[in-house]
Amino acid sequence: MNDMVGIVIVSHSKDIAKGTADMVRQMVGSEVKVAFCGGDPDGGLGTNVSLIIDAINAAWSPKGVAILVDLGGAETNSEMAVEMLQPERQGLVVVCNAPIVEGAVMAATEAAGGSSLDEVRAVAEELSAS
Amino acid sequence: MPLQPEQLKTMVKAAAEQVIACTAELTALDQAIGDGDHGINMKRGFEAVLGKLDAIGAQPVDEAFQTIGKTLVMTVGGASGPLYGSFFLAVGEALRGKQLPDDLADVFGSGVGAVSARGRSQAGEKTMLDVLVPVQELLRNAAGQSDLVERVRTTASKAAAATAPMQATKGRAAFLGARSVGHVDPGARSSCVLLHAVCDTLEKLP
Repeated sequence: MNDMVGIVIVSHSKDIAKGTADMVRQMVGSEVKVAFCGGDPDGGLGTNVSLIIDAINAAWSPKGVAILVDLGGAETNSEMAVEMLQPERQGLVVVCNAPIVEGAVMAATEAAGGSSLDEVRAVAEELSAS
Repeated sequence: MPLQPEQLKTMVKAAAEQVIACTAELTALDQAIGDGDHGINMKRGFEAVLGKLDAIGAQPVDEAFQTIGKTLVMTVGGASGPLYGSFFLAVGEALRGKQLPDDLADVFGSGVGAVSARGRSQAGEKTMLDVLVPVQELLRNAAGQSDLVERVRTTASKAAAATAPMQATKGRAAFLGARSVGHVDPGARSSCVLLHAVCDTLEKLP
């Protein structure tokens, strides 16, 4: 089975989200599906539940999706977005407690090896072990 | 008589207009201890709610609360979207099989519980919960009393002001630590504004 966990990057800034996705693609390659979003509904700094839902669906894999976020509102909005997915998808999406850039690169590297969603999340979250 | 959709519509309109009128004040409070977007985020969210006012007035009350919640979740753009959105979604959910004003304390409590769960926060952490929780307690203890509306107004004002000396441990203000002391929490203030608008409307209802 060639499915790989998808990665979603959610930043308050579209530029940071895009830049992080660019780094993932360069360092990990394009086998892993990476989607990103940033900015509030008016295009200012912030996060947006409907764009996060779109990004999750764009990165969708039967193995699940790991979300990397920057600051508080990105996490809260990502959790809200997960709850608004179709019920059969909700259990297959996690918000990782990890720094956004390093977490995205590490999660994507782990995903590229065919790891499970739990393994991908664990690798990303090792970065924030205190 | 249970709360009618038209009455809810009047209340929602007043609440939305009041919070939009406070955009500059909320922005200033949030610039002091947050990222400065609370005013503009609330304005965007409640303008979207105003845009759905006719639909809100045409729905059964429980569905109308769900519409308000979903609209805020989708349009606010900051953490306050899911927080306020969860409040209204949970209120809508709780209203199935219950009605206002008879079950107000229970229904309001469901909304407050959802905010607490969404923010993983409790009262005392310099957030909107520092207004919502005292009001919830008042609704439970003073249900049915003739001066309830006035007491909600006073409780909300005092509770919002009481966030000033608190040190934030949740939300963006937590980064500031002791520097968050001395400023009213923007979420507590917006909750107070919304509650006041509802109280004002209740007093004017026939």
